[in-house]
Amino acid sequence: MNQAATMTRQLKFFEAIREAQDQCMAKDPSVYLMGLGVPDPKGIFGTTLGLQEKYGPGRVLDIPLSENALTGVATGSALVGMRPILTHQRLDFALVAMEQMVNQAAKWHYMFGGRARVPIVIRMVIGRGWGQGPQHSQSLHAWFAHIPGLRVVMPATPYDAKGLLISSIEDDNPVIFLEHRWLHGISDHVPEDVYRVPLGKARVARQGTDVTIVATSYMLLEALRAAQTLSEQGLQAEVIDLRCLRPLDDATILESVRKTGRIVVADTGGKAFGISAEIVALVSEKAFSDLKAAPERIALPDFPAPTSPALSDEYYPRAAHITAAVLGMFGRQPESSLFDVPKGTRLDQPDSSFTGPF
Amino acid sequence: MTDLKLYRAMLHIRLVEESIAAHYPEQEMRCPVHLCIGQEAVSAGACAALGPKDYAMSGHRSHGHYLAKGGDLKAMLAEIYGKATGCAGGKGGSMHLIDLNAGFLGATPIVGSTIPIAVGAAFGSMMKNEDRVTMVFFGDGAAETGVFYESLNFAAVKKLPIIFVCENNFYSVYSPLEVRQPQDRSIAGMARAIGIESIEGDGNDVELVHRVSAEAVKKARAGFGPTFFEFTTYRWREHCGSEYDNHIGYRTEAEYLAWKAQCPIARMEARMLGSGKASQTALDEIRAELDKEIKAAMLFARQSPFPNAKTMSADIVAGQPA
Repeated sequence: MNQAATMTRQLKFFEAIREAQDQCMAKDPSVYLMGLGVPDPKGIFGTTLGLQEKYGPGRVLDIPLSENALTGVATGSALVGMRPILTHQRLDFALVAMEQMVNQAAKWHYMFGGRARVPIVIRMVIGRGWGQGPQHSQSLHAWFAHIPGLRVVMPATPYDAKGLLISSIEDDNPVIFLEHRWLHGISDHVPEDVYRVPLGKARVARQGTDVTIVATSYMLLEALRAAQTLSEQGLQAEVIDLRCLRPLDDATILESVRKTGRIVVADTGGKAFGISAEIVALVSEKAFSDLKAAPERIALPDFPAPTSPALSDEYYPRAAHITAAVLGMFGRQPESSLFDVPKGTRLDQPDSSFTGPF
Repeated sequence: MTDLKLYRAMLHIRLVEESIAAHYPEQEMRCPVHLCIGQEAVSAGACAALGPKDYAMSGHRSHGHYLAKGGDLKAMLAEIYGKATGCAGGKGGSMHLIDLNAGFLGATPIVGSTIPIAVGAAFGSMMKNEDRVTMVFFGDGAAETGVFYESLNFAAVKKLPIIFVCENNFYSVYSPLEVRQPQDRSIAGMARAIGIESIEGDGNDVELVHRVSAEAVKKARAGFGPTFFEFTTYRWREHCGSEYDNHIGYRTEAEYLAWKAQCPIARMEARMLGSGKASQTALDEIRAELDKEIKAAMLFARQSPFPNAKTMSADIVAGQPA
């Protein structure tokens, strides 16, 4: 393939994840992949298709419905030199394994005085839309970000999905790797070769001078849409793709807020006691004198996700909410049409190509 | 494994635990300790069946397993004293012992939690085609956790080289077995139903424990999968701490005395002396050697420095600092 084609090769987010795993397994025999349904015909939303055929059932395997024990198994195998990738089709399923993730894997290196390492990657999917409801759509990344000893990664682009997953697999610590269901189908330039995106570095997705919008995961897309609308109204937003929660890139956030004086945090999780609270605290502590307006947070309300689209349509904030929040910081009212939903657009699917059910 | 070696291994554990119990009221060992006095035959007999390259893991009552697997005594005592020379650098205490040189991969105190991790070590060994067997120790309480069933199921499905050793000492802290499990059902029976060959036995008979453990290790090494042991035994002192508590109401002095009469060390002594396999002099010599070793190790632990406060924030993550 000539260089020009390599430079512009487009992959979908799910294909980028698949490729990262494939390339890591090809170059390192200690890497293996397991999870409920990994060899399924649908291949965990396409992220594991063909891998069992290529690497065999010894390295790419289905598991019993025992998330807690299998997280322990991943930890134990890592202690003796393997590098497992464990998948959960929903973050909600991983909650069954909180004890192993938080009490054991996260603390093993510390509580044994640095004598052992747990190089595991646990991939989880954050669900949304099509009536996923209260137990198939939680975005509890703040729970994991709260735990010392874990790395917590949330890529928002296919390029980062591959680069961050490779870095995560090569990291010697337990990494919680969170994929948003509504990002699986987006396309981006993804290089063919092995490359790494370092953990702990945020990315400035769009430069601006009037307001900083820090976004996690899928909310990056809504933040960029809001930035476009704001630009048409004369306000330039600087959009930061957080992409890694632990370690957190304080420096990039603070540098931006010191420049713009205003911050909106757009998070896929709950507003209460979550990521947006942590970032607002950071900015209040370290850039208080640079703030020209109170911080704004765009996140989920303080109750579980309802199932009916009539309810979930109102539950999830979108670009319009971010835009309105920024306009409010400048004492401006949004146009009445800002919250209009184009005819034929359904808010409980990422795009019209998604027709259910999972 | 000679009788003398088994005897020595048990006595080693007994004398270490009694030394800890003697010093504990000084309040210098500032962490919870869960002594295994009375249960030494399981540690000594089972670990004697393992080789130096094999792995073992345990829970909160791990001193005996750690020592029988070859764990460093000085490092264990220093860890209990919270010293920098401890096996976990003072970060873990008695409930988080580790000695990788001895193949003791770790012990943590959430009941049942190291069972799947040990299964993982066996799984990893198998994937790496290494000739290693893993043994995991836990009590009757662990057989009530969900993760117990999940772990045994996975080990059975994958025919892993792992040996599950359940020490049924009939109490989970103060709760007797009969309020926790149906009286007409055995723990070994549960494991058998999951699909693992399971054997019940007298955990205070070190020769029995060693014999069946050696068979299970041989079987696992040959690729024939896991074995489950339920060994009945009894802890002499309180669940956590150095004292006796047969007077506070959850169990009786009479029950304790009946089990004390089944002391695994006394039984082995009587057997060896009775059959002429050892003389009293030989046994006394072993005791004297062990006393000397333990005294020196205690001194080492007590004289070791505490960790520098700066180390408190070290080793949160491996590699780059967070």
